[in-house]
Amino acid sequence: MEFKTVLSFCPYCGCGCGLLLEVLDGKIVGTLPSKTSPVNQGKLCIKGWTVHEFITSPNRLTQPMVRQDDALHDSSWDEALHLAATRLKEIKEKHGPDSIGVLTSAKCTNEENYLLQKFTRAALGTNNIDHCARL
Amino acid sequence: MSTKIKEAVRALLTEGKIKGFLGLREEKGNIMPYLFCDPKELDALSLGDWKKPGDTRYPLNQLMIKLAMAYPNETFAVLIRGCDERGLKELFKWKQLDEEKIVLIGLGCPDELAKACECEKPFPDSLIDGPKGEKVDSQKVAQVEGMDLDTRLQFWKAEFNRCIKCFGCRNICPMCFCNECSIEEDQLVGTGEIPPANPTFHLARAIHMVGRCIDCGLCEEACPADIPLRTLYKKVGEIIHQEFGYKTGLSVDEKSPFNIIEVK
Ligand code: SF4
Ligand code: SF4
Ligand code: SF4
Ligand code: SF4
Repeated sequence: MEFKTVLSFCPYCGCGCGLLLEVLDGKIVGTLPSKTSPVNQGKLCIKGWTVHEFITSPNRLTQPMVRQDDALHDSSWDEALHLAATRLKEIKEKHGPDSIGVLTSAKCTNEENYLLQKFTRAALGTNNIDHCARL
Repeated sequence: MSTKIKEAVRALLTEGKIKGFLGLREEKGNIMPYLFCDPKELDALSLGDWKKPGDTRYPLNQLMIKLAMAYPNETFAVLIRGCDERGLKELFKWKQLDEEKIVLIGLGCPDELAKACECEKPFPDSLIDGPKGEKVDSQKVAQVEGMDLDTRLQFWKAEFNRCIKCFGCRNICPMCFCNECSIEEDQLVGTGEIPPANPTFHLARAIHMVGRCIDCGLCEEACPADIPLRTLYKKVGEIIHQEFGYKTGLSVDEKSPFNIIEVK
């Protein structure tokens, strides 16, 4: 028998609220706001409060998937990245770089966001880059 | 201060009287709920005093219900303050927990905390450590009552208007155990809007706390909008006392007014 709470962070937005995952015998059964987190001081918004519900959702992606004839099928990173690169190239050639837009996440690190805007501007050739906080 | 509590828990664990002790553990500067099953772990025990007394209280009784559901035949001990003991008395009545299977490890609250809480009884009967403090009357309820009716309504409406409908007040409440919650029901309280129906959302919850709210204050502490929920529910408690002579969490035997169906 084991019942503990594990300190973690809400993955939804850039605030990074501290939360406690209630773990009973290895299964996550609930979420509590961390009272010792200087960020959220014992409070959460509804997204943070329901973190434990999506963790075990069967709809979560656990591996790369590729859509073919309207159906998703399991894929590998190599296949998925190759497909994405080929299609982006085709679209860029046919419709121009401004036909592509990139959305990044407030939950990524500064370095990751820097890299993505660099990729968008230098490799794709467009200024169409924004992040989730403005979605 | 935790020595006496540690000793009591250690004895219960080594004698095999309990399967585990639900308390708080300090881990790298954080204080978090934890089930102690091995006396050796008790060094990390925390009583929930971080920067101020009682500032890292968690709804242990709520976790206790989850634990008891998973292990209905086991006996557990739980760390409780005065409010938590009031809560347990109600939870026993509402058959959410079995009195025979819970050992109470009682902690009294210092005056500073009792004052901040305006606490009816800042210590549990099953006191093991900590002071046996005095009751503190509520100034906050009196302050709001001092306003005339119009001003008071405006005051509450302005407070409720900040609500971001996080459901934190309900989620953290150790006394909210319904499987289906009225404040999520579209037909009772209109859903899909922020701020939620004002004042219906808040009054619906307040009414549902009749005979349940044991005034622990966890809801107000969890409210990101700083709405004085505790003052609201304290008033609910006061009305129940005036009208029905019932004090929530005072006895295990006396039924709460919403629990009685009288057939005449
Ligand atoms: S709980 Fe809400 S505010 Fe906090 S990080 Fe998650 S989404 Fe952002
Ligand atoms: S409500 Fe009373 S018993 Fe509970 S923490 Fe506050 S002072 Fe202590
Ligand atoms: S004070 Fe708030 S959290 Fe505590 S029992 Fe009452 S309603 Fe629930
Ligand atoms: S905790 Fe505060 S903001 Fe959240 S639903 Fe309750 S009253 Fe509204």
